[in-house]
Amino acid sequence: MSAVAIAPPPRTYVANGASIWSWLLTEDHKRIAILYVITITLMFFIGGIAATVMRVELLTPEGDLVSSSAYNKLFTVHGVIMVWFFLIPSIPNTLGNFLIPIMIGARDLAFPKLNLASWYIYLFGAAFTLWAVLNGGVDTGWTFYTPYSTQSSTTHVVSTTLGIFILGFSSILTGLNFIVTIHTMRAPGMTWGRLPLFVWSHYATSIILVLATPVLAITLLLVAIERVLRVGIFDPELGGDPLLYQHMFWFYSHPAVYIMILPGMGVVSELIAAFAHKRVFGYSFVAASSIAIAVLGFLVWGHHMFTAGMSVHAALIFSLLSYLVAIPSAIKVFNWTATLYGASITFDTPLLYALGFIGLFVIGGLTGLFLAALAVDVHVQDTYFVVAHFHYIMVGGMVTAYMGGLHYWWPKMTGRMYPELWGKLAALTIFLGFNLTFFPQYIVGYLGMPRRYHVYPPEYQVLNVLSTAGASILAVGYLLPLIYLLWSLRWGKEAGPNPWGAPGLEWQTSSPPPPHNFETTPIVREPPYMYPDRRVVGDPSAHRPQMRDGSHGG
Amino acid sequence: MSRWLPLMPPSAATSADRLDALFLFLVASSALITLVIFACLIVFSVKYRRRPGNEVARQIVGSWKLETTWTLIPLGLSMIPFFWGATLYFDLSSPPDNALNVRVVARQWMWKFEHPDGQSEIDELHVPVGQPVRLTMISQDVIHSFFVPAFRVKMDVLPGRYTTAWFQATTAGRYRLECAEFCGLDHSRMTGWIVVMEPADFANWLATQGTQSLASQGERLFQQLGCNGCHRADTLARAPRLDGLYGQTVRLQDGSQVLADDTYIRTSIINPSGQVVDGWQPIMPTFQGQLSEEQLLTLVEYIRSIGPAPGAPAPEPRPSPPPRPPIDPYGGGTPIPSPLTPAPLLPAEQSPSPAPAITGSPTR
Repeated sequence: MSAVAIAPPPRTYVANGASIWSWLLTEDHKRIAILYVITITLMFFIGGIAATVMRVELLTPEGDLVSSSAYNKLFTVHGVIMVWFFLIPSIPNTLGNFLIPIMIGARDLAFPKLNLASWYIYLFGAAFTLWAVLNGGVDTGWTFYTPYSTQSSTTHVVSTTLGIFILGFSSILTGLNFIVTIHTMRAPGMTWGRLPLFVWSHYATSIILVLATPVLAITLLLVAIERVLRVGIFDPELGGDPLLYQHMFWFYSHPAVYIMILPGMGVVSELIAAFAHKRVFGYSFVAASSIAIAVLGFLVWGHHMFTAGMSVHAALIFSLLSYLVAIPSAIKVFNWTATLYGASITFDTPLLYALGFIGLFVIGGLTGLFLAALAVDVHVQDTYFVVAHFHYIMVGGMVTAYMGGLHYWWPKMTGRMYPELWGKLAALTIFLGFNLTFFPQYIVGYLGMPRRYHVYPPEYQVLNVLSTAGASILAVGYLLPLIYLLWSLRWGKEAGPNPWGAPGLEWQTSSPPPPHNFETTPIVREPPYMYPDRRVVGDPSAHRPQMRDGSHGG
Repeated sequence: MSRWLPLMPPSAATSADRLDALFLFLVASSALITLVIFACLIVFSVKYRRRPGNEVARQIVGSWKLETTWTLIPLGLSMIPFFWGATLYFDLSSPPDNALNVRVVARQWMWKFEHPDGQSEIDELHVPVGQPVRLTMISQDVIHSFFVPAFRVKMDVLPGRYTTAWFQATTAGRYRLECAEFCGLDHSRMTGWIVVMEPADFANWLATQGTQSLASQGERLFQQLGCNGCHRADTLARAPRLDGLYGQTVRLQDGSQVLADDTYIRTSIINPSGQVVDGWQPIMPTFQGQLSEEQLLTLVEYIRSIGPAPGAPAPEPRPSPPPRPPIDPYGGGTPIPSPLTPAPLLPAEQSPSPAPAITGSPTR
């Protein structure tokens, strides 16, 4: 009789309550991740619309579609939304939120309520910034350089910066949550040497989030104080120093570049292993290089200021350090490539994104070395060369990794497979559209076209037309997954717990996972990526990867 | 390159060819690295694709030897562009002594240029071929950036402090000047032209512009403002002497030393109590908000023109004069009339070459 009264526990986190409040007040990291997926997707398309209007305006050298004032607001909105409201939370708050507890065998993040609070703080910050955008916008560029932002601009600088200031707390809380979770909530046997590389890269990211974001908060607060109270901090007319602003801003914003790329590198490590069906070559080097990037990333901010009137000796040091920070990134690329050696590769959509990431990241990274060479930077600083470089890293790198990760873990998150053919088509479209959009910008930048130009000399037109043509292909490439992923929620094939045959803990539980991730706490007995080895088993079908134990040699 | 699809900007200065060499080296070496990585990715993708006979991967943990190799070799190779780029950067930061000194004032959204002999231009700068030109730049409002793609030269122009850049044009022609730092509404229209002329044409052009030199304009302003009432050589001086000051080291009240360069002189006019010279009272009033950047730079140019002759050895820090009782020189008194002004304050009008410190050797 009593057995009838006890309802069975919900089988999946999705089935665990259907009301809107069961989502809006959830403390389940997986549901919060889904909330983030929805919000950042919205932000991505808002930022994308701004970019689209800009690219159409730049079809002709004259300013014939929008006014200069509108154009200046468009690129500011594009930058602010894409950097703070899309890229920084993109992988950590969606895939990271969803996967880190499962990957380490935990029930949830260390502070579930704080995790939900992060999302509300994000919304609150976004509300401030979107209010400013809808009520006339802001025209300083996402960098808010002083004294323009504090003395000259007549737009909504304060409410925009306050929105970012608030958002910063969301970043800090997420970083804190990840650090504590990774330190304290690993399942029995999940030693540091057995952490998936995705977790390592998020650990490195979290260190930056916690240490760098407060500096951004201070800097933006000082901008607001100078603008409202006329206290001289950055404006020389009031006794301030505009270079102080640039030092403070880039002390956050350069490490923020690594906030935006490290999680992508973590995703790519997982994808390469999964589709090469192979352990990641040089696991400990790939893991350690994430930490090296996080540490060295704090020491290179001055390379944004080589033409700003900084001392030549400081410039020399920053140039040298910028070459050093490139080395850990190179180590990752070499190890990913080496992982393919001797592999047994299946070419599913996520791997196409991962290979696309490596290709675009190599180009973006190498052109970063151009910028680190002092005299080259003098010529290309503040031109489209820089725009092309960081879009290769941020879009070619991070967004490509996000798309790859989204496809790879989509069956885990939703229980459904995406349509493979459409997936491959979209990946190819994005790759081609991206290169056609941004490669011409390297050339037009070296020719001398400055960034943030509403009108431009006619000799730059052909390359701008190519770029706009590429952007329209890219837009189609990003709209395709929006459609077929939503389609798959209802009509996609049932995925089953482990459609990729991957050994990670997230694949050892059902899809979608139950509310507390595992029926019983898993016990970890082996390093990550223990795929079957050709030399150990003659008959692969008889092989059980869990049978092998042993510490990682590296 | 093709006019329809240009790939490289025109090259019209010594700095441009040197930079292009480094840039093309970077392009070639990056292309090589990219090709090697892409070749590996493609070859491995084809060779190790899953197919009958290759259902299972060969597990390889890693290799210390390979890791060390691909850490050290890129590190070593990256030192080539580091040193190469740094060398060119140091050249860009050190204008030659014989450079023509042009003053630049930027404001939303125009460029103003002042030649040493007082010719001024807006959004256009005439310079001769083969002569180094040094730009001393300041902004009247927000940050701008002086960028001439054909010279591969760019330098931010800041409010409240002078920055410098230099170039030596090699080919006559008109080259684009662009503002490269976002400065507000018409940022993209803050453009102009650098007109490079053969030296004879340039001399003709200068002659047709005829006007008073910057230094003599500055001297006149110096007297109008009554600066010479205190800054004088005789015993009535209540402020440090300014002749021979430029380029020297000055000892301040707090014991520190500063170089008397353009920025120091400008700051001392705007904010005199900020850096008080040792042995003097901080009696000078501020001129903040009373002088335009153009006026300030004529004063700086004047003080530069009465500085030590070029090439003179730098003496020890200037000795402090005996302390004097504080007197308020502005308490209703009128400036000392110019006949009493000591001789060193007047070389600008006496000399046929009004700014010897700038134009350098007259044989050019």
